[in-house]
Amino acid sequence: MTYRDITCEVVQFTGHNGEQGEAYYARPAGPGPFPGVVLIHHIPGWNEFCIEAARKLAHHGFATICNNLYFRMGDGDPDDIGARARAEGGVSDEQMLGDVAGAMAFLRAQSNANGKVGVIGFCSGGRQTYLSACRLPDVNAAVDCWGGRVIADPAALNAKQPVSPIDYTKDLNCPLLGLFGNDDKEPAPAQVDKTEAILKDLGKTYEFHRYDGAGHAFFDWSRPSYRPEQAVDGWKRVIDFFNHNLG
Amino acid sequence: MCSYITEKASIFGSAKGRDGWMRVDTAVIYYDHPVHVPLDHALNIDFVDSRSKARVAVELSADSARELVRRIQAALDSGDAIHLGSGEADPQQLARTM
Repeated sequence: MTYRDITCEVVQFTGHNGEQGEAYYARPAGPGPFPGVVLIHHIPGWNEFCIEAARKLAHHGFATICNNLYFRMGDGDPDDIGARARAEGGVSDEQMLGDVAGAMAFLRAQSNANGKVGVIGFCSGGRQTYLSACRLPDVNAAVDCWGGRVIADPAALNAKQPVSPIDYTKDLNCPLLGLFGNDDKEPAPAQVDKTEAILKDLGKTYEFHRYDGAGHAFFDWSRPSYRPEQAVDGWKRVIDFFNHNLG
Repeated sequence: MCSYITEKASIFGSAKGRDGWMRVDTAVIYYDHPVHVPLDHALNIDFVDSRSKARVAVELSADSARELVRRIQAALDSGDAIHLGSGEADPQQLARTM
């Protein structure tokens, strides 16, 4: 079911350590009840692609919040704030998890919520989605879109990102959908295979889809990496997956 | 890529940004997704004033960046040959006053 009448606004939410941050909130009009989705933006920041993706999910019936992971870094153009975040080594996994938990609580507190909340993320947000699905107790469905470094090089671990997400896989407690391009280098197909093997060994509920002719970020209409055919199919799988698990 | 892996350099200089000229004291360099140039990955350099957080950003193709490295080195080498010992102010000393 789709909703042409949606409402979008910037709202305040309570993130990690009780800090107040900004989030983009797009939801279908009507009494609901509606499932919720937390959309984790990619490294470039809280930018137009992610905001538009939130509206797309709302159009398909999901009250969607895209919280700004960089709200503590000041105001400015999303690309400038994204550059600032990068120069500071990004946000810590603990802070990110606290913010996602806060965004989930925001969704569940709405009067027309159905109580179920999924998480989706692109690129670095895919990695953070994987972490959220493993570390947060109340995620009902998760979609990892080409998240890199789910299997991290030990040399790349640091104080902000101290543990490879794959090491938390035993704690994954919701269905996981993964979308990947076979031409991607991060994650490369071999890494995706390794992640899938671990999910399978641990008896987790997951479905992975791999696309030929696509690399990284093939949903992003603003980049040369955009692949319309694969993106259309991928979005359909996302919507179907969330409808099945959150409806 | 999708990583926060960066190289940083302490620099002394100026750059012209949206509000005119400004001091820059840090260069942040990374090879990852650009914002504007139509490439999936680019060599990105942010020239930053760490006090105001303002930046001037450049996004280059890998080949362009390598060519730039060569040309910067060539310009420095020829410039040094001409100007070395000409009594210019010490950049380190100037940096402390700006």
